[in-house]
Amino acid sequence: MSTPASPSVMSALSPRDTAESRDRRAELAEIDESTSGTVLLFFLAGMAWLLIGTLFALIASYKLHSPEFLNQYAWLTFGRIRTAHLNAVIFGFSAEVAVGVVLWLMCRLCRVPLMAQSVINAAAIFWNVGLVIGIGGILRGDTTGIEYLELPKYATPILFVAFALIAVWTIVVFRFRRERHLYVSQWYILAAVLWFPWLYSTAQLLLVLEPARGTVQAAVNWWFGHNVLGLWFTPIGLAAIYYFLPKVIGRPIHSYYLSVLGFWTLALFYNWNGFHHLVGGPFPAWMITISIVASVMMVIPVVSTAINHHFTMVGHFGKLKYSPTLRFIVFGAVSYTISSLQGVLSSVRWFSEVAHFTHHTVAHAHWGMYAFFTMTMFGSMYYILPRITQREWPSERLISLHFWCTALGIILYVVPLSYGGWLQGKAMLNATTPFLEVVQGTLPWLKIRTVSGLLLALGHVAFFANLIWLLARRFGPYRQPEPMILAGVTPAAPVGK
Amino acid sequence: MNYGPLLFLGILFTLAGSWFGLVLMPNRQLGDLQPHVNTNTAAIYPQPIPGEAAQGREVYRSLGCNYCHTQQVRPDGFGSDIQRGWGKRRSVARDYIYQKPVMLGSSRTGPDLTNIGERQPSYDWHFTHLYNPQTTSKGSIMPSYAYLFDVRKIGYGGASTNALKLSGDFSPGPGFEVVPKPEAVQLVEYLRSLKSSVELPEAPLPKAE
Repeated sequence: MSTPASPSVMSALSPRDTAESRDRRAELAEIDESTSGTVLLFFLAGMAWLLIGTLFALIASYKLHSPEFLNQYAWLTFGRIRTAHLNAVIFGFSAEVAVGVVLWLMCRLCRVPLMAQSVINAAAIFWNVGLVIGIGGILRGDTTGIEYLELPKYATPILFVAFALIAVWTIVVFRFRRERHLYVSQWYILAAVLWFPWLYSTAQLLLVLEPARGTVQAAVNWWFGHNVLGLWFTPIGLAAIYYFLPKVIGRPIHSYYLSVLGFWTLALFYNWNGFHHLVGGPFPAWMITISIVASVMMVIPVVSTAINHHFTMVGHFGKLKYSPTLRFIVFGAVSYTISSLQGVLSSVRWFSEVAHFTHHTVAHAHWGMYAFFTMTMFGSMYYILPRITQREWPSERLISLHFWCTALGIILYVVPLSYGGWLQGKAMLNATTPFLEVVQGTLPWLKIRTVSGLLLALGHVAFFANLIWLLARRFGPYRQPEPMILAGVTPAAPVGK
Repeated sequence: MNYGPLLFLGILFTLAGSWFGLVLMPNRQLGDLQPHVNTNTAAIYPQPIPGEAAQGREVYRSLGCNYCHTQQVRPDGFGSDIQRGWGKRRSVARDYIYQKPVMLGSSRTGPDLTNIGERQPSYDWHFTHLYNPQTTSKGSIMPSYAYLFDVRKIGYGGASTNALKLSGDFSPGPGFEVVPKPEAVQLVEYLRSLKSSVELPEAPLPKAE
């Protein structure tokens, strides 16, 4: 124990607790407080959609190997329940939790409290009303039939209004920022909120309102479809990793220049990737080739981001044992690297020839959207929720259950299904193998997927239970000033050394 | 990178690139493709599908058939689409000019349907297959679409002419018959309309050996 320079007893006990740091903490607490209601609203609605989406997913997954299950109603048929699942988890869970994280991060990083919360709360309500109408419409059979844009056209204007409000609010917060330094997370967030309305409005216009001719629709469809992942979810996921990773371990990002390189190369290349979904399709070769080239170029942002994250973590892996946020965030960051590199491979012609139309693609989508994005969002919520509710997580055991169910569950989902999908593709390439034999060959892998889905569902329920418990403890103990620590271990020294 | 306006412009210009390249350029190249007129026979291809088939297309879309069935034949030498008999030639952009929305599909949990109308012209086959796929394709994982059919008592006039020919476990029991609802008829008309092996300048048919 070194003797502090300050004479006061308080600072002797806690050398980092200066008047300046107290002011800063008070300011952060005030900003967190201003976002509290809104962020909580987005998180809770998102979690409700996660549970609904998980239920839809289990039904769809079970149907795919046991087609006689619940097959007496049109609204429960695979083609509808699968689509309802996708829209519930993408536009319900992922997008809403993402908005919650975006607002909280943006206010914190700009050092501005959230203004006129009622407007943004109205956006949240609009968004959810639009989704209930839209997903109900899909189950009724009103889908547009366009992948990732299935929500019927009577629901999308409501969503668009809600989203416009969210984007405007994020930019307003940014405009009134008191912190002049722009952190890397802010670049990604700003990019995401500006890109999405452009993507969405172009796609709505050329696909739903005034459809373009023939295959141009498919082109616009995949330009949009890939960019929803690449230019909306990915930047928000990366923004969260860039914030929470250094925050939790208490050390700055490894390299500023790598983060600049990673950001601009992602911005430059990712939006050209869409047509690798159309390899072999009825399009001129230049369209496909340009997207394959851009997909391969994605190695640059992915590897530079991976190096940056990894070198920030080096020497701190021991902390994974104690911090729930760090566990999920690191799981997400590693998955981002793996799934992106796997995506690069999938875009190349020889690989696509085998894997394109198989379950391999489904596994890849879950690798990105779940193992990377969803896990990152779980990690973010573990950090944010105690700070906006002033309550600590009630149960460590539920956190552990959540982590292990989702981590093992998604590995059990992705690895076998990727392999099974590859076998399916190989079998399909051999024209002498009857098609029904190919179908039968996929069954074991589809059954494993259902088991993994049950694990994921258990994890989701554990998290939701912990969250409700946290909110129910309104008269419970206040959040302690120290970060949440797992495993019942008290750190030897105050965190941050 | 602390300069907001530069960041803002960079964000807009990067997306403008692919918006130009992957939205506007394809629209310019493929956005006003016209049907092909065969100079020898004056036959026009493609043509809009007739009304009942067009209604069936809506049923196809509404039930999400496109999540398990593609409608695109990949070129010879890329995949086994042509060897499997899913088409005589690859699909090209012109095949799709009248389709709204275009349902290329992204998964082959079931076989490709680009030419199902040619490969399987039988009404009976389609109706029994939709009623219960196990009747024609044992071991299929396609769900039954029995709700597109009515099971009813055979009337005094005897069995209906459009009643399904079901046997064994699939038959509805003595005195009953299964008849397609209008949606089932529309869907089958749509499936039977799916044919694209007309020769096009950009997609010649393989020469007979």
